[in-house]
Amino acid sequence: MAVLVYAEHDNASLKDATLAVVTAAAQLGDVHVLVAGNACDAAAQAAASVAGVGKVLVANDAAFANQLAENVAPLVSGLMAGYDAVLFPATAHGKNIAPRVAALLDVMQISDILSVEAADTFTRPIYAGNAIATVQSTDAKKVITVRGTAFAKADAAGGSAAVEAVSGNGDAGLSSFVGSEIAKLERPELTAAKIIVSGGRALKDGPTFESTIFPLADKLGAAVGASRAAVDAGYVPNDYQVGQTGKIVAPEIYIAVGISGAIQHLAGMKDSKTIIAINKDEDAPIFQVADIGLVGDLFNVVPELTGKL
Amino acid sequence: MKILVPVKRVIDYNVKPRVKPDGSGVDLNNVKMSMNPFDEIAVEEALRLREKGVATEVIAVSVGPEKAQETLRTALAMGADRAILVVAEDVEPLGVAKLLAKIMEEEAPGLVILGKQAIDDDSNQTGQMLAALSGRPQGTFASAVEVSGDSVSVTREVDGGSETVSLKTPAIVTTDLRLNEPRYASLPNIMKAKSKPLVQKTPADYGVDVSPRLKTLKVNEPPVRSAGIKVPDVDTLVAKLKEMGVA
Ligand SMILES: Cc1cc2nc3c(=O)[nH]c(=O)nc-3n(C[C@H](O)[C@H](O)[C@H](O)COP(=O)(O)OP(=O)(O)OC[C@H]3O[C@@H](n4cnc5c(N)ncnc54)[C@H](O)[C@@H]3O)c2cc1C
Ligand SMILES: Nc1ncnc2c1ncn2[C@@H]1O[C@H](COP(=O)(O)O)[C@@H](O)[C@H]1O
Repeated sequence: MAVLVYAEHDNASLKDATLAVVTAAAQLGDVHVLVAGNACDAAAQAAASVAGVGKVLVANDAAFANQLAENVAPLVSGLMAGYDAVLFPATAHGKNIAPRVAALLDVMQISDILSVEAADTFTRPIYAGNAIATVQSTDAKKVITVRGTAFAKADAAGGSAAVEAVSGNGDAGLSSFVGSEIAKLERPELTAAKIIVSGGRALKDGPTFESTIFPLADKLGAAVGASRAAVDAGYVPNDYQVGQTGKIVAPEIYIAVGISGAIQHLAGMKDSKTIIAINKDEDAPIFQVADIGLVGDLFNVVPELTGKL
Repeated sequence: MKILVPVKRVIDYNVKPRVKPDGSGVDLNNVKMSMNPFDEIAVEEALRLREKGVATEVIAVSVGPEKAQETLRTALAMGADRAILVVAEDVEPLGVAKLLAKIMEEEAPGLVILGKQAIDDDSNQTGQMLAALSGRPQGTFASAVEVSGDSVSVTREVDGGSETVSLKTPAIVTTDLRLNEPRYASLPNIMKAKSKPLVQKTPADYGVDVSPRLKTLKVNEPPVRSAGIKVPDVDTLVAKLKEMGVA
């Protein structure tokens, strides 16, 4: 089976999310990677070094600079003449483009797969992860998005794939990129972190969140996450949100501070290896999934913990 | 311009879904059903655009069982002008998108505002598929929408922050949670909604084949996590963390 992986990258380097997709794709067949961008040869080279990649297709075009779905989806659907399946990371980026490709191919996409059971059969979470469906696709070609936490990352080094240039139809003339505001992270990225400290509504406000959660995270070399309530109240930016509609994470250790444990929050973190919860309400639902719970006032517990580490 | 708002009837977001013991699906018997939360946000955004004078008419559409009438009545009670129900059960996003593309041809809306994802199937596909099928641009996961002339500026939530795109109308927008705070329908408006037009259609009326492409072989409970231990104090927690090799 010939399988295409849509690489997520910033033209210069490959995003980690791509590596888990390569692992999923390798379970289906021979893996080629498409790098669509502008002046993206460095990203293509990075893709060529990923272990297990057979070939890299690189599409350099000003129209692909910001990978607008309107311009990139026809490129991918055109290339699919030579492939049986195309896999995207289930990131904001992949989720934007993949269904557009699927509809161009008249295929029903399989979203957010957790495992490959057979060439046409996959598992995926539904109902915010409260159920796992095993689905079989009857479409001739498969369009799939892959949950990054469910597959190991392919080795970024060790491969030496050939790089081949391809071209698309350029600018569809429907949309243009205006700008972006990407927060600079001083801490590990959420989806890549081994340890995450997350704060909830109980943190009161932005400065309190920072002065309580950040020192603990820094002591542990951890990434910082948040519940939707904390994000909505403006304590931290939206890309800190963990949950059904935020980031899906599965670190070694997830520390939930002042988070009640709504199902939508659990959907994003319940596959963490060890869950630690700090909450003053001993009946908080978060304790039903926590491996280690500490009942207490976070404003006493967290500074003491930070001090003793 | 007209705005089309597709709304889906789904399990209420406060209800914990239960997997049926025979593994055939999730038990929806006697379960509270509501409008998909993202679609409430879509309706709200459309209403605000009408109130600003940008839109002239807001049309709610649902594909679902007869009971999806209730969901459409909710949209009408919030303020939508009329509604279309396409009666069909368990239609996949691709089929829904095909139906919506046909309705777009008939109604010629300037915007279609959908939710980014339905909280039952968690597909996150329909809007993007509709954009492809209608050959129109898409602004997904919107946290701000601004219409000016024949273009719409959409600020999108992406990993790491946000980005802004400018789209030619007609355009497809999908909503993220922070786009707005949906209003509640007042009692008088709920009463008024009962007499607003709601037409019923079938997929055959649009000549669309909605047969599923995915077969659900089984539905399981996810691995359950059992509650662990409670530690009495910070010192014990620190000791536990040390056992795990941190600190
Ligand atoms: C469609 C939809 C999608 C959603 N998606 C997400 C999502 O992706 N992620 C997400 O997180 N939520 C999501 N939500 C929201 C979710 O339902 C909850 O509202 C949210 O997770 C609650 O956040 P919280 O736990 O911080 O706040 P709360 O539920 O208010 O909990 C605060 C907790 O802090 C504890 N506390 C208070 N003071 C202290 C103290 N001094 N010391 C210790 N503990 C204290 C309380 O006991 C309580 O348990 C979604 C909702 C909807 C409708
Ligand atoms: N059966 C349906 N009827 C009306 N709108 C729908 C239906 N299914 C999906 N949608 C719309 O498409 C969005 C995304 O759904 P999905 O792609 O299923 O996650 C929803 O938020 C709705 O706006």
